[in-house]
Amino acid sequence: MEKSLFLAQRITAMILAPLAIIHLGLTLFAVQGGLTATEILNRTQGNIGWALFYSLFVVCAAIHAPIGLRHVINEWTVMPRRWVNALVIMLGGVLLLLGLQAVAAVY
Amino acid sequence: MSPTDTANELLKVRIWRGREQGRLVDYEIETRKNQTVLDVVTEIQHRLEPTLAYRFACRVGVCGSCAMTVNGRPRWACRTHIKNVVTDNTLTIEPLRNLPKLKDLVCDMAPFIETWQKAGAPFSGTATRHDKPAAVKPDSAMRLAADAALQCINCAVCYSACDVVNWNPDYIGPAGLNRAWTLINDVRHSKRELTFELAFGTGGCGSCHSHGNCTRHCPVELRPSESIAGLKRAAFSGLPEE
Repeated sequence: MEKSLFLAQRITAMILAPLAIIHLGLTLFAVQGGLTATEILNRTQGNIGWALFYSLFVVCAAIHAPIGLRHVINEWTVMPRRWVNALVIMLGGVLLLLGLQAVAAVY
Repeated sequence: MSPTDTANELLKVRIWRGREQGRLVDYEIETRKNQTVLDVVTEIQHRLEPTLAYRFACRVGVCGSCAMTVNGRPRWACRTHIKNVVTDNTLTIEPLRNLPKLKDLVCDMAPFIETWQKAGAPFSGTATRHDKPAAVKPDSAMRLAADAALQCINCAVCYSACDVVNWNPDYIGPAGLNRAWTLINDVRHSKRELTFELAFGTGGCGSCHSHGNCTRHCPVELRPSESIAGLKRAAFSGLPEE
C-alpha cells in the first residue's frame, strides 16, 4: 500500500504543480483591475473548461494532501495507524466534497 | 613509544561512561604526532581507565566495529585522525546515537542488524552448486548500480547520523535500504520483488526525508541517499532490468 500511496502522491503533485501555477497566475492577472464576484462568475459560469480544470485540481488535492498529512501525523504523534488512516480518508472526503461543491456553485 | 612521538601537549578527552544513564568523564593524555581516535581510547583504557568498554577489531577501516560519536558526529574511530576533529584541544567521545547503550562506548547493534532483515536483505539464490555461476556483465547498468552501493562495512555510522531513524522507530534506515537496493540489482537474487515490497513497506524508503546525513557521514563514501532515490524511482519504472 505504501508504494501505491507514494505513487499517488507524486503523480498528483506532478499534476498539481502546473495547475497551481496557472491558478496563481490567473489570480494575479485577474485582480489587477480589482476583483468582484461578478467578474469571477462571468469567467466561470457555463465554462466547461474552467469547471474541468478546477475539478481536476480538487480531485488531485483531495488525494495529495491526505497522504502527506498521514505521514506527518504518523511521524509526530503516537496515534494508532488505523485511526490516522481513517482520519485522513475523512479529510480527503471533506476536501473532495467541499471542492466539487465549490466548482459546481460557480459553474 | 619514543619521546619524539609526543608533542608535550595534553589532550583533553571527555568520554561517556555508563549506559543510557551516564556522564562524561574527563581524562588527559599526551598529544602525539600520529594519533587516531581509536589510539586515544586505547591509551586511556591501557593507562588510565582499565574498565573503559569500547569495541574494535581490525584497526584499519575494514570491519566497521569501532564507530563512535566524536565531537558530535558519528565516525569510524580507527581512521579518524584527531588533528581533523579536535576542537579547543578537546575530544568528546560518546557511543553511537540511535542504538541502545550497553556500556561506555559499546552499543547494542541488534536493532541495526534487524533493519537489514526488515528491508528484505537476506540473499536468496536459485542456483545449486551444480549450476554454472551466473554470468553478470561488469558493465551492465544493474551491476554498476549494485557495485556503487556494495562495500558497506555495517558500521552503523549512517544509522546513527540519520535524523529520521532518530524520530521514527519504524524506519528501516539508510544501511538496510542501501542493501535492499544492491539486492534488487542482483540478477541472481530470486526474491527481488519481495525485497522491493519490503523496502517500500511501512518505515521503508518512502519515510526518507532526503536529508543526506547518511551520505555525508559514510566512512567508505557510499551514497545511501542515491540507493534510496533508486528505490523510489523504481516505483515508477519497475524493477531494474538487464
